[in-house]
Amino acid sequence: MTVEEISILSAAIAVSFGALGPGLGEGRAVAAALDAIARQPESAGTISRTLFVGLAMIETMAIYCLVVALLVLFANPFVK
Amino acid sequence: MTSPLVVEPLFHIGPVPITQPVVATWVIMAVMVLGALLLKRRLKQRPGKAQVVAELITGALDDQIRDVVQSDPAPYRVLIGTIFLFVLIANWSGMLPGVEPPTAHLETDAALALMVFVATLYHGVRSNGFVGYLKTFAQPTWVMIPLNLVEQITRTFSLIIRLFGNVMSGVFVIGIMLSLAGLLVPIPLMALDLLTGAVQAYIFAILGCVFIGAAVSEGRDAGFPERSAS
Repeated sequence: MTVEEISILSAAIAVSFGALGPGLGEGRAVAAALDAIARQPESAGTISRTLFVGLAMIETMAIYCLVVALLVLFANPFVK
Repeated sequence: MTSPLVVEPLFHIGPVPITQPVVATWVIMAVMVLGALLLKRRLKQRPGKAQVVAELITGALDDQIRDVVQSDPAPYRVLIGTIFLFVLIANWSGMLPGVEPPTAHLETDAALALMVFVATLYHGVRSNGFVGYLKTFAQPTWVMIPLNLVEQITRTFSLIIRLFGNVMSGVFVIGIMLSLAGLLVPIPLMALDLLTGAVQAYIFAILGCVFIGAAVSEGRDAGFPERSAS
């Protein structure tokens, strides 16, 4: 395998595994937030605002993996 | 497919290459300054529609800053508010045909994050004194000094990458959809981009606020629980 083929493969692996963790984490976060809203509907505003910020934080991990994949594809230092 | 990490210069002014993000940034800056000047000229006791909207935005910003910093928002309003509005307009400017959001390029995000970094140092030194601010790096014990130093760099770096990655991936996905599926198909994704852009602008401003608030309050009450985020 050449460096290019390995790069493409590793970019795919990075994005897929990078999507796995944040997916699980976001599921747990939304479930917990829904639970809290069901218990205390009056604080739904605060909870959903915090939830959005938290979700964006978790999603950042997936974005990091995407950036790494793009670096591997477009700015690979080992490809001449 | 062109790399999202490279920008081609549009034209040259003397030896300086001018790229599309630079032009977009200056246009957004001009729009913001002109809008602010127009609003400022027509301030009244009985506000018109535009003034009500501006006061609403300022009030909401003040509330958010006060929630985070736990003190008077006045010293931070200008910086945090300007950063929030600039990032918001920049993220949403991608909806205009032919415009690529300047925040979808690493350089703009790096400049914004460096501004937050410098403001953190400035407010930390201003409220605690130079020696007092240096001492906060040894909180809770001196063992934490290297970790605290590294944290300053990594959180600035993650601020850059977060905004860049989110906005750039939105632009990238729309480009791929457009080339694969054709006209009008990426519209739902563009709607999602509006939401992402607003949330990311909010997060960028709030995180900058958290960093500044932590630098200010760490000296005030030593042993304060760590408030920084990833």
